[in-house]
Amino acid sequence: MLKNSKIIPILITAFFLFLFLTVEPVLARDSEESAFRTERINALVLVLVFSAAVLLYTRWAKQGKTLFVRKIPGIDAVEEAVGRATEMGKPVLFIPGLQELDDIETIAAISILGRVARITAQYETPLLVPVRYPLVLAAGQEVVEQAYTELGKRDAYNRDIVRYVAGEQMAFTSTVNGMMMRERPAANIFMGAFFAESLLLAETGNAAGSIQIAGTARPEQLPFFIAACDYTLMGEELYAASSYLSKEPLMLGGLKGQDFIKIIIVILILIGVILVSFNVGGWYYKLFEMA
Amino acid sequence: MSGMEIFVLWLEAFITLAIFSFLYKDNPVYHMVESVFAGLSAGYYIGLYWKSIILQQLWEPMTRADNPKWWLFIPGIFGLMMFTRLWPKYSWISRIALAFVMGSTAGVFLITQLHGLVLPQMQKTMLPLVNSKGLEASFLAVIVVIGVISTLIYFYFSKEHKGFLGVTAKVGIWFIMISFGAHFGYTVMGRVSLLIGRVQFLIEDWIGSF
Repeated sequence: MLKNSKIIPILITAFFLFLFLTVEPVLARDSEESAFRTERINALVLVLVFSAAVLLYTRWAKQGKTLFVRKIPGIDAVEEAVGRATEMGKPVLFIPGLQELDDIETIAAISILGRVARITAQYETPLLVPVRYPLVLAAGQEVVEQAYTELGKRDAYNRDIVRYVAGEQMAFTSTVNGMMMRERPAANIFMGAFFAESLLLAETGNAAGSIQIAGTARPEQLPFFIAACDYTLMGEELYAASSYLSKEPLMLGGLKGQDFIKIIIVILILIGVILVSFNVGGWYYKLFEMA
Repeated sequence: MSGMEIFVLWLEAFITLAIFSFLYKDNPVYHMVESVFAGLSAGYYIGLYWKSIILQQLWEPMTRADNPKWWLFIPGIFGLMMFTRLWPKYSWISRIALAFVMGSTAGVFLITQLHGLVLPQMQKTMLPLVNSKGLEASFLAVIVVIGVISTLIYFYFSKEHKGFLGVTAKVGIWFIMISFGAHFGYTVMGRVSLLIGRVQFLIEDWIGSF
């Protein structure tokens, strides 16, 4: 008998096939317009290849195959930073960016927060997580509570670990800056989407003598973090951090799937460059056109 | 200038200086202004969310007589689910709404990134290395192709950066750092203009009013 996990993708595929075979011809006949954006099939193909790669690597990981991931110094430094805070008896400050939960960098940051909370729970190190949006507050509280519960430190969990500070960008920044100077955290971890406040936060943390690790995918803010922090996770490294820290087969499978797609992209670009250079690549070039 | 205008001007100047006082060190005046700022922003956002989201995007479209969007009650229910966090016993219900937001964000982001960034970027990188427009165009094409590929290789985590891969990744990090340098200069210019605006206010508007 098929397990539920196997039935669900089959049902989803069957549903879309049913739509494509039944609704599409009727709509096309009545309105002379396709219900599907056929000009976006190139994106669909990439999504399917990407999903297949992630599923395949996850399956291999579950079967016990070793999946190698190179060392990423910035991520290794997270554990060191928490260790330092534990030794000094000072808190760890974690800021999951300044964007709402509907931003992928915030989701990556919340995922990393879960890993950091596991380490702070293990060492019973105080953790401070100021947030800017109510939804991020709720998601942050959930992952931190789960981390403390899983490690059997439910009693050490306090709902105020993750706290709403202010909705306005600079009000948030001024409050967190004050918090840094008063609480003097041993480690500041900035992960997620940051804007004009990046240098204000990182410089204040530097003045407070904290070890600082930042990670963002915003190229315009990365130079400031690189200048003012001890370690910086750039772009893709932010998204890899959670998988890297967790070492869970499921998460590592996703990371390996992404790497596979990068190689596919490099190959596709090289083929395109060669074809275009020999002036025979018009058809190939059009394959990547987005309407 | 009316009495009220003078009061507002002095209040603005006081708050600006109070915030600047943090440059010296943390102090009670800064702490007070910081608290006022945080409290004001919390109140402002409650009003903003109430008007622009609850009323304008949910209640009014759902209840209008002409073509009401009744199906908006679904996101409305998701919103109400978040309030169950006020009762720890039922707070698990809010996880449904959170899971919906996080799941849909990941899905939407995947497509928008492919659609708006990955595919167009791939296309724009496919430049002819032998260009009829001349040597300069060919040189720029080589720079773009090497830059994109080496940067992608830098973010490849499945192998140690050694040998050919290591050299390519090193080239990639050079490209990344050069682009950061350009961003740094550009952003610093913007920040300096913000500071100039504040200093101008203090000198021209505030001191100028003495």
